[in-house]
Amino acid sequence: MQDVKRTVITGKAISLDGNDIDTDRIIPARFLRCVTFDDLGAHAFEDDRKQLAEKGKRHAFDDPSRQEARVLVVDRNFGCGSSREHAPQALMRWNKGIAAIIGESYAEIFFGNCVALGVPCLTATHDAIQELKKELASDPALEISVDLERKEARAGKVRAALSMPEGARKQLLTGRWDSSTELLEGKAAIASTAKALPYFGHWH
Amino acid sequence: MGKSLYDKVFEKHAVRQLQEGQYQLLMGLHLIHEVTSPQAFSMLRERGLTVPYPERTFATCDHIIPTKSQLRPFQDELAEQMLVELEKNCAQYGIRYLSPKKGEQGIVHVVGPELGLTQPGTTVCCGDSHTSTHGAFGAIAFGIGTTQVRDVLATQTLAMDKLKVRRIEVNGKLRPGVYAKDVVLYVIQQLGVQGGMGYAYEFGGTVFDAFTMEERMTVCNMSIEGGARCGYVNPDATTYAYLKDREYSPKGAAWEQAVKYWDSMRSDADAAYDHIVQYRAQDIEPMVTWGITPAQSTAVNAKLPQASSFAEGDRPLIEEAYQYMGFTPGAALAGQKIDVAFIGSCTNGRFSDFEEVVKHLKASGKKVKPGVRALVVPGSQKVRERMIEAGFDKVFTEAGFEFREAGCSMCLAMNPDKLVGRELCASSSNRNFKGRQGSPTGRTLLMSPVMVAAAAISGGVADAREVFAIKS
Ligand code: SF4
Repeated sequence: MQDVKRTVITGKAISLDGNDIDTDRIIPARFLRCVTFDDLGAHAFEDDRKQLAEKGKRHAFDDPSRQEARVLVVDRNFGCGSSREHAPQALMRWNKGIAAIIGESYAEIFFGNCVALGVPCLTATHDAIQELKKELASDPALEISVDLERKEARAGKVRAALSMPEGARKQLLTGRWDSSTELLEGKAAIASTAKALPYFGHWH
Repeated sequence: MGKSLYDKVFEKHAVRQLQEGQYQLLMGLHLIHEVTSPQAFSMLRERGLTVPYPERTFATCDHIIPTKSQLRPFQDELAEQMLVELEKNCAQYGIRYLSPKKGEQGIVHVVGPELGLTQPGTTVCCGDSHTSTHGAFGAIAFGIGTTQVRDVLATQTLAMDKLKVRRIEVNGKLRPGVYAKDVVLYVIQQLGVQGGMGYAYEFGGTVFDAFTMEERMTVCNMSIEGGARCGYVNPDATTYAYLKDREYSPKGAAWEQAVKYWDSMRSDADAAYDHIVQYRAQDIEPMVTWGITPAQSTAVNAKLPQASSFAEGDRPLIEEAYQYMGFTPGAALAGQKIDVAFIGSCTNGRFSDFEEVVKHLKASGKKVKPGVRALVVPGSQKVRERMIEAGFDKVFTEAGFEFREAGCSMCLAMNPDKLVGRELCASSSNRNFKGRQGSPTGRTLLMSPVMVAAAAISGGVADAREVFAIKS
């Protein structure tokens, strides 16, 4: 069985510039016409990529030297917009799969979706992110380590302090990010909470 | 210190605290649609889980349904496959499916309230971010991801952190021609798209007291665009009058009992809030977005802001927005030519939204400017039916609008209704993200339905107060 504990994630990195990158940009809505998540990876950032290509520029996700990246570095309010899990699913399924994200901040639902899928989203200060990005830009082969235990990212000569809400961090460290097992254990308590609510029974 | 409605609802629905500090929260109502549920059902099957409270989940089809004709099978095979999957899942697990064939279909956030499913003092969730809409009834309502949809199906609960509560008060009297949509665009402009992170928004003050339920829904709908996970208005007589006699509203003695419960869940007069902001109604003008986030908006007659008027960290996004939209700082948005006008969505696709537009179309006798593609898309089949009964379909078609079947339509263009190329669309929906309306380069201007109609008539962005002679 696959190890579900998320302690240190090490891999090559890919960076994106810009605040408020929304879920429609991560995976354009037309690709949501599907009944499984399987094929989403290839379409991550498709429209952004195309538009840059038309202008003769290149999106990071099209950079041949970044195709093996497993750690994504972003700016502020990443993943805003929709609650659809298609966005983290697309990132998880892009090439080798994004396994950790570092950014200034995240939209709440996106953050929660990522945790529920076992993909840690950690935050760092604006300056730390810029420093990390600079270091990572210098060498595509450079590996970054995202250490959940020590709350630290290490890449080349850069060390950046990371933070994450404790509850989510512990869930990932202990491998208890898959919520359903723990939720299912509460069966009796669920029934009694429901019973105490004046409205719960009236649709029976 | 007293408690807010948020605190009370949270306490009543908290099953227990989980090992890592989150709470297991019971969900009173679970709504599902075709886009975010199929994978959740697959996960249930993979794990051999059952659905213990199927009567607490309701399903509709909204995102992918075509609005020209709902005849099956749909031309789009993928869309057809998604709907078949939803029907199959509902049948297998005993979930009530609001069928288009029975006239029950509509946007999930329109049909829930319509049926009386959304009730005060409850928790509501759906795999859709605009679930915040249901907060208009004094429910704690929020969007969830597909993995959580699985959890709710399997346990009727979710793992959640407790939010902080910000009370947003708007007091005074809105000026004529200023609508709920303008209020929420204004609030988001003031607080930013991230301003609500970690918060539930409680909307209060005389403006909300005076609002109808549909106006409250418009505001709560867009709480999420301000970064707040949920937004709500305390229930009152307006709420109860709306709910009375709806299909799923409590009846008879149960009604009296429910009202007692609902009253008890209102925020206490001395409730503690983490933050309070206050705005004056008379400061709010008809609003239009000019950029690529819902916070990038301006009063319709104002000049577009200079990048230098924003904090340094925000400037790159402001510049990106100007570049994408093709607008210039310092210029006016009024007069900017539009190609498409869209009235609909879970923000502004309810009966009263269309009623207000019809009132002005009738009084002015004005017509859509030739060359503008103008769509009217009811939020549900019931809304559509009422519109036809009231003769709105004729008013709209005679004025040059297309009158369509119910669905999300051009709000996010997962069905055939899409912008083409760089088309500019005046839209009553809630998101102006790049490519949101179906063309990767398409451009969206968010505004109220009456402002959309004014733009359709003028062929460009216009102050509806001038177009329809609304006296201020
Ligand atoms: S109308 Fe738009 S925002 Fe509302 S549910 Fe449909 S797609 Fe989402």
